[in-house]
Amino acid sequence: MIIMIQIENISKSFNNHLVLNELSLTVNQGETLVIIGKSGSGKSILLKLIIGLLRPETGNISIEGNDIVKAGFRDLQEIRRHFGFVFQASALFDSMTVAENINLMLRKRLKWPVQKISERTDECLRFVGLQGLGKKRPSELSGGMKKRVGIARAIASYPHYILFDEPTTGLDPETADNINQLVLKLKNELNVTSIVVTHDMKSAFTIADRISLLHNGKIVVNGKPADILKSEHSEIRKFIYGYSLLK
Amino acid sequence: MVTVLENFFTEIGKYGKLLWWSVLSIRDFSTYYENTIRRMKFIGIQSLPIVLMTGAFMGMVESVQVLYSLQNRAPLYLVGSIVTESIILELGPVLTALILSGRVGASIAAELGTMRVTEQIDALEVMAFNPIAFLIVPVLIAGLVMVPVLTVFADVIGILSGWFISILTTDLSTAEFLKGAQRFFIPWDLTYGIIKSAVFGFFIAANAAYVGFFTEGGAEGVGRSTTRSVVISSVMILILDYLMAQFLLKAGW
Ligand SMILES: Nc1ncnc2c1ncn2[C@@H]1O[C@H](COP(=O)(O)OP(=O)(O)O)[C@@H](O)[C@H]1O
Ligand SMILES: [Mg+2]
Repeated sequence: MIIMIQIENISKSFNNHLVLNELSLTVNQGETLVIIGKSGSGKSILLKLIIGLLRPETGNISIEGNDIVKAGFRDLQEIRRHFGFVFQASALFDSMTVAENINLMLRKRLKWPVQKISERTDECLRFVGLQGLGKKRPSELSGGMKKRVGIARAIASYPHYILFDEPTTGLDPETADNINQLVLKLKNELNVTSIVVTHDMKSAFTIADRISLLHNGKIVVNGKPADILKSEHSEIRKFIYGYSLLK
Repeated sequence: MVTVLENFFTEIGKYGKLLWWSVLSIRDFSTYYENTIRRMKFIGIQSLPIVLMTGAFMGMVESVQVLYSLQNRAPLYLVGSIVTESIILELGPVLTALILSGRVGASIAAELGTMRVTEQIDALEVMAFNPIAFLIVPVLIAGLVMVPVLTVFADVIGILSGWFISILTTDLSTAEFLKGAQRFFIPWDLTYGIIKSAVFGFFIAANAAYVGFFTEGGAEGVGRSTTRSVVISSVMILILDYLMAQFLLKAGW
C-alpha cells in the first residue's frame, strides 16, 4: 500500500475551543476512506486542513510527500491541481452557468483548447446524469442536482484525489444512492483516492474501503466496514444503532 | 477599551494585507482581466441613472441657492463661476461617491459576502485560483476607474442643469453664464476633482471588498457586511474630503 496523504498530530482550535486534538490519519492510494463523526466534530475542518484552506496550529500534513502546512501559495496551487473538492452546500458559482462552473478550471487555469473543454464538460455532465443542463444557472437546480454539478466540477480536471463533504446529507434516498454509485464509479473507473466525510451510515457502508470515527478531536476507531459493524465503541454503536433501525 | 483598540489594529492589518496581496496579484493578468471588464460595465450601467439624477438635482439646487444669495448684492453672471467651481471641486465628487457607496459598494459587499458564506471563495481557492486576483483586483480597478468616469457625468449634467435653471428663471444670458464659468476656472480644479473621485472610488471598492471578503456568519453576516461597507465608506469619504481639501487642493497651484 502506498500512503498518499499523511496527517500527523494536527491540532486546530477556534476561539480557544480545541476542535482537532493531535489527530493522525493516513490515506492509501486508490482507497475510499469514510470519516464519520457527529455534527460539529470537526469533519469539515479536517478536509479544509488537508487542502490547505486552513492551517493547523501544530502537526504535519503531507500529500505525496509535499508538506501542505508550510507550502507557500504557489506550491499550494500546484498541489491543489490534483484535488477535487465537493462542498457540503455545493458552493457553485451563482454568477456562472452549470457548464461554466464545471469547466472554469479547464478554461482559466489549465487553458485547454475550446473544443476539448466542451467535450470534457459534456462528459462530466453525462457522468453525473445531467446531460443537456449545461446552460442552466445553479439557482434553477434542485439540491440533489447541485450536489451532482458539484461532483462534475470536482472531477473535470481528472484529479487524483477527491474530498467529499457530506455528499448525501439532506438528499432523498434515491438521489443519495445515485451519489453513492457515482463515488464507487470514480474509484473503480478512474482509480481516484477519496476521503468522504459523512454521518450517513448507509452511504458509508456502501462506498467505504475503510471507515474512521472522528470523536473528541481524534480518530478513535479505524477499520474495514465489517470490523466497524462489530466495534464495541459506544459512539460507533450509536451510529450503527440508527443505521440498523433504518434497515 | 484595550480590546477595542486591539481589534481595530487587527482589522487595519488585515485590510492592509488584502490591499498588499491585491498589488502582488497584478501580475495574474489572465485571472482578472475578464472580470474587470465585466465589473466596470456593470458598475457603469448599474449606476448611470442614479448618478445622472444626482447630478441634475445637485446643479439645479446649487444654481437656485446661488442666485438667491447673489440677488441685488453681486453681478448675476457669478452664478456661472460658483456653480461650476463648487460642482467640479466638491459637490460632483462627494455626492457621486456617497451615492455610489450605497449603490455599488453595498452590492459588492453583499455579493462577496454571499460568496464567502456559501464557500464559493473556498471553492475558487481549491480550484487553484487566486481569489484575490479573481475577485478583489477587478473590484479595485473598477472602482478606481469608474467612479471618476461617473463623476464627470454628474459634473457635466450638474453644470448643464445649473445653466438651464439660471437662464430659465432670471434674465441672465448663456454668454454671461459662460463668462462667469470661465472667470475663475483653472484646469487644476478639474484635475483635483478627478483625483479626489478616484481616491473615493478606490476606497469605496476597497472597503466593500474588505468587509465582503472577510464576512462571517451566514445570511445575517452578509447583511452586517453590507451595512458596514456603506457606513465605513461614507465616513471615510467625509474625512478624506477634508484631508484632500486641506493638503492637496493648494498643492496644484
Ligand atoms: N470559522 C470558524 N470559526 C469559529 N469556529 C468554527 C469555524 N469553523 C468551524 N468552527 C467550529 O469548529 C467545530 C467543527 O466544525 P465542522 O468541522 O464544521 O464540523 P462538522 O463535523 O459538522 O463538519 C464546530 O464546533 C464549529 O463551531
Ligand atoms: Mg461539516
